[in-house]
Amino acid sequence: MTAVDLRVAQRPNAPMTTYRYDEYDAAFVSERVAEFREQVNRRLSGALTEEEFRPFRLMNGLYLQLHAYMLRVAIPYGTLTARQMRRLADIADRWDKGYGHFTTRQNLQYNWPKLVDTPDILESLADVEMHAIQTSGNCIRNVTADHFAGVAPDEIEDPRPTAEFLRQWSSLHSEFSFLPRKFKIAVTGAAHDRAAILVHDIGLRVVKNDTGEIGYQVVVGGGLGRSPFIGKVVGDFVPREDLLAFLEAILRVYNRFGRRDNKYKARVKILVHEKGIDEIRAAVEAEFAAMDRSAFDHDPEEFARIAAFFAPPPYESLPATSALLRAAKLETPAFANFVDVNVGAHKIPGYAIVTVSLKPIGGVPGDATSEQMRVLAEASERFGFGELRVSHEQNIILPHVKQDDLFALWSMLDAAGLATANAGLVSDIISCPGLDYCSLATARSIPIAQAISKRFSDMSRQRRIGKLGVKISGCINACGHHHVGAIGILGLEKKGQESYQITLGGDPTFSASIGEILGPGVTAEQVPDVVEHLVDYYLAEREEGEAFIDTWRRIGHARFKDVLRREGEDGADI
Amino acid sequence: MALISDGRFIEDAWRRLADEEALPKTGKFIVSLPRLEHAVEVLGPTATFGVIIPNTTEPSALIAALPRLDLISIAFPAFADGRGFSLARLLRRAAFKGELRASGRLVADQYPHAIGCGFDTIEIPDDLAERQDEGQWRAALNAYSMSYQRGYAGRGSILEARRKAVRS
Repeated sequence: MTAVDLRVAQRPNAPMTTYRYDEYDAAFVSERVAEFREQVNRRLSGALTEEEFRPFRLMNGLYLQLHAYMLRVAIPYGTLTARQMRRLADIADRWDKGYGHFTTRQNLQYNWPKLVDTPDILESLADVEMHAIQTSGNCIRNVTADHFAGVAPDEIEDPRPTAEFLRQWSSLHSEFSFLPRKFKIAVTGAAHDRAAILVHDIGLRVVKNDTGEIGYQVVVGGGLGRSPFIGKVVGDFVPREDLLAFLEAILRVYNRFGRRDNKYKARVKILVHEKGIDEIRAAVEAEFAAMDRSAFDHDPEEFARIAAFFAPPPYESLPATSALLRAAKLETPAFANFVDVNVGAHKIPGYAIVTVSLKPIGGVPGDATSEQMRVLAEASERFGFGELRVSHEQNIILPHVKQDDLFALWSMLDAAGLATANAGLVSDIISCPGLDYCSLATARSIPIAQAISKRFSDMSRQRRIGKLGVKISGCINACGHHHVGAIGILGLEKKGQESYQITLGGDPTFSASIGEILGPGVTAEQVPDVVEHLVDYYLAEREEGEAFIDTWRRIGHARFKDVLRREGEDGADI
Repeated sequence: MALISDGRFIEDAWRRLADEEALPKTGKFIVSLPRLEHAVEVLGPTATFGVIIPNTTEPSALIAALPRLDLISIAFPAFADGRGFSLARLLRRAAFKGELRASGRLVADQYPHAIGCGFDTIEIPDDLAERQDEGQWRAALNAYSMSYQRGYAGRGSILEARRKAVRS
């Protein structure tokens, strides 16, 4: 056995691989905490009514949920340091019930904070350069990015400097803090879209033009919710120096002309849909041309300042493959499975990207206990330069692990119940909190995810099925991204009963598509049966190398509909 | 109504004319948008007057009248309706130099936003002014020392400050 001794595993001093606050950032966030503390006091004294308080608490991430307040903490572009992860654990212990929930937009939610404690929680976050600013409300939300940023082999440029640049620009924007509705921006710099940019209000894709100059393809009007839309290109190549001005032009057009008569029609996707992308593009271009762009003149310098923070860590020079890894895989099949499923290629030879699944069989998708958070922090320090990522699939990523260290890392994760080898498989389910927590929900989501996960608890069967995105939302607001699940599940309420609508063929990547409805809704108990039938049919029909969505695209929706109808006639009760 | 300027409640020197009221010969007064064209036509160059406009007004509709106007009041139909902020920006961009007023149920916490977009004064109903006194408005004005945007009024820009630090 070639096991790595955990006690002597390397523990490099955590280098700086992400943005650090300067004095201005620190002052800003602490002023924000002080302002919120005063807002809470004024709410309690009656100076602010609940209606008046609402947008301000939301802009600080504080929701009123079904049972309690919920605090949503921003993890900008999904990057966390070990120290920050430990602080999240400490907050969970001190002010919540010892756990947190990682969301689909690179945020962490605490489900049980008290209103009066939230200023202290925010202060504790500010102490480690974190905040809950604009994780909610009708403003520009936490800017998200590819969770493999900076380490993916298919990358043109690390999208995080852009995301940080936008985080700052959008923070407490004088003009754009009272928009018709929420506004979400996602950035990717890679050939494969892992940030779901086509279903964001604005999606940015770093591109290179013919002369090798870096710019952005700007997509507008994507979104899920009750009316799902794939975003449309509004700017094919926006040079970097024009990015802020161009975004400001889009936001100004949206702020002025986005619908405010009906909150369900207020997102920019509806404006784009109703006016048409050509009219919107013309309006944005006209606004851009009319702007005083001198205000943005010197931003390249600021961009370079920010980009310098995201320098690669001091990688060692290693062979492309690891003999240690090969031997450990032969020795320990469970580890081999973990490597095959949860470990991805890294742009640096000898390193790997590790996905730590927060989807244990039968567990709550995205939940992590404070103890698990501490293990993850520790693991990142021992094996990954002290850096962690949060993915929109609600998992944690260790972005820089030496292949030689994988076995030691796996052993550590396994001992903490964090080694579920299901990244991207049928039990790696995205789910919203649903009726168990959320005041908007019309049905439960988490128990459905748990039931499906248990149904497919045989891991070898999961591996045989391969990549399959199952996504569950507990209401039409679609926080669980069901529209872009290869199998999407939407919980509704019909005559006092939960009813689940199944869709097939959703895809959140550059080949984005919105799922199509399979048929009439089914009961909660029937959902795992339906999913199982669909999966079995796919397994019977698939050709070599096809994922579920490929087979569905090839043979068509009607065939999948038929099979369920036939199963129903055979007495399968669906 | 209460009027806030520079973090203080002040007396309003302006009077809002009812539409059936004749245009006065003297004093500062505000007409509604439909009466603006007529007012510009009949009033002499020394008259001091302003207009109150809905937040959906196209700035181009005011361009001809801008040099004559001493005040533009933008109505906020609801405090969370942010269209007035963009409209204020556009009027400032069109070189309007007079008093820009936000009129509606704005809350004190929006004061920095209003200043940033170019407003000078905020006009709020009395019941709101009772709950949100001068102290709260002044605190809101001073809540932040700087802002992350550039080209917005009021606070200093963090971007400018960083640039200075690099070059000094």
